[in-house]
Amino acid sequence: MLSRRAMLGGMASVAVMPARAADYTIAPVAVGDGIWMVRGADEPIEIRNGGAIANIAIIATPAGTVLWECGPSLRYARALRQAAEQLTGTRILRVYVSHLHPDHGMGLAAFDPAIVAALPGTIAVLAAQGQGYADGMYRLLGDWMRGTDLILPGRAIMTAQEDFGGRSLRLLTLSGHSSADLALLDERSGLLLGGDLVFHDRAPSTPTADLAMWRVSLDQLRALPHGGVLPGHGPLDPTGIAAIAQTRDWIEWLERALMRAVRDGLDMVEAGDLPIPTRFTRMAAARYEVQRSVAHLYPALEAALLPRIEIRSVP
Amino acid sequence: MRRPKSLWVALMLMLAPASVGAMPPADPLGSPMWTAHARTQFGDDPVRFDPRVIVSFPMVAENQRAFPVVIDARGITGVRRMILLADLNPIPVAIDYRPVHAAPYFATRIKLDQRTPVRGAVQLDSGEWLVSGGWVDAAGGGCSAPPVSRVKGDWADHLGEIRGEVWPMASGQNRVRLSFRHPMDTGLVENIATYHLEALSVTDADGRLLGDMDIWASVAEDPAITLMVDGGADAALRVAARDTNGRDYRAALTLARQSPMPGGR
Repeated sequence: MLSRRAMLGGMASVAVMPARAADYTIAPVAVGDGIWMVRGADEPIEIRNGGAIANIAIIATPAGTVLWECGPSLRYARALRQAAEQLTGTRILRVYVSHLHPDHGMGLAAFDPAIVAALPGTIAVLAAQGQGYADGMYRLLGDWMRGTDLILPGRAIMTAQEDFGGRSLRLLTLSGHSSADLALLDERSGLLLGGDLVFHDRAPSTPTADLAMWRVSLDQLRALPHGGVLPGHGPLDPTGIAAIAQTRDWIEWLERALMRAVRDGLDMVEAGDLPIPTRFTRMAAARYEVQRSVAHLYPALEAALLPRIEIRSVP
Repeated sequence: MRRPKSLWVALMLMLAPASVGAMPPADPLGSPMWTAHARTQFGDDPVRFDPRVIVSFPMVAENQRAFPVVIDARGITGVRRMILLADLNPIPVAIDYRPVHAAPYFATRIKLDQRTPVRGAVQLDSGEWLVSGGWVDAAGGGCSAPPVSRVKGDWADHLGEIRGEVWPMASGQNRVRLSFRHPMDTGLVENIATYHLEALSVTDADGRLLGDMDIWASVAEDPAITLMVDGGADAALRVAARDTNGRDYRAALTLARQSPMPGGR
């Protein structure tokens, strides 16, 4: 059955012939032995980037090709599949989706859902909230999203490791950026794929964050022996610790700054204009993410920090 | 058949004031609803656009159920009334504020039902209205989706809870922040009748009215309001509010502590 959106899209194309969005450019860069990174734009989700803002990894294994994330739309994921299979010369046999946010996994309809794996918590929250994310992506991206429908990953991750013909991938079940965040350690290259638990020179986003849990997860990642870190957004961190430390520094600053803003009597608009420390100057989209974070976090901080003042009426 | 000439004259006289006399100035935002709203809100009062009415909001409407807006007209003297208006909301006016002994300033959060101009309009003692604002891009449904507390079902458990605090400002005025637990039902969600806070006033210890406002259901669920009222370091304020079911809300505030960074901007 045609979805309403597909029908609308089809009618519109007959009636007014909207300009078809340009195709995505998939440019994998080798970042280790048999592992490539496809960089997302360090920007908000916008028409000009087609929502291709999340970093993606392609891993060649003796058994076939593994994808880490599959991008925002069906069109993106198809282009990614083609580029990855050309690069490795083997079929894709596993796609991991790190968490629920649509810039990471909305395109999974390009694959057989049975090979798409996510944490059980991610699948559950996608089933509950995914349609809202899909609607939001269509509103923001228009034609880029054509044909993309919400599809759930068909494989719930129940093990701490998967082995593909001798290339072993460790799967870490964490949370904090969302209610279920997957990270992956490629034992061959030593690269840690952090998903959106780790941002790098791009301000972290908090729409579903639990900041306390996020800090716990970052400490676990930091303690885990690994080489470089491939963050969810921003450039590769070859040191393996800078991006984790920067993300932790940001969310700690953010929480303290917003708590102080509530205690000092600032409204949300004013809190969104708070000065950003100079050590974060190189982080892309910093002001944008501060203002989003105010929307996400401020009402709960007010409810926790402002005193009750009502006069209870005498019966 | 000939009609008496006087009938035409009478008709022209009836039509003239509506079509010519009350024509508002051209809208720099190009809103399709500007002329209609201007006539409804401002009637025959003179209107002009003035950037000294500072309307501030975030660069992105992250939550269309609670979009923060500040209207700051402190650069203008003689402001007696301030209106927050979102042209394309089904409930266009959110707040109508009279800063009697208060700065012409308030902050709140509103619902957005679609992309819309968000404006501040302030009326001077002369009767003239000064208007400013900008377009806000927003996903739909802020006014026509049920409040979170209705979905959770706990709105009645928290009705009547009021939080707030007062901070001294460098100007000698006091900054007041208030937040009420209230579903602020718009009446646009199936089977939930309109139910919202509709009036709020702040008075000082002597019973002097500092400011009062009318509130509509386009203000976000659990309304949060920031004001700057007159008064000294021993300010003891009383807050009174009423909702559309006639329920009264009362709160008392004292300037309890000196903030290390009082009052923001």
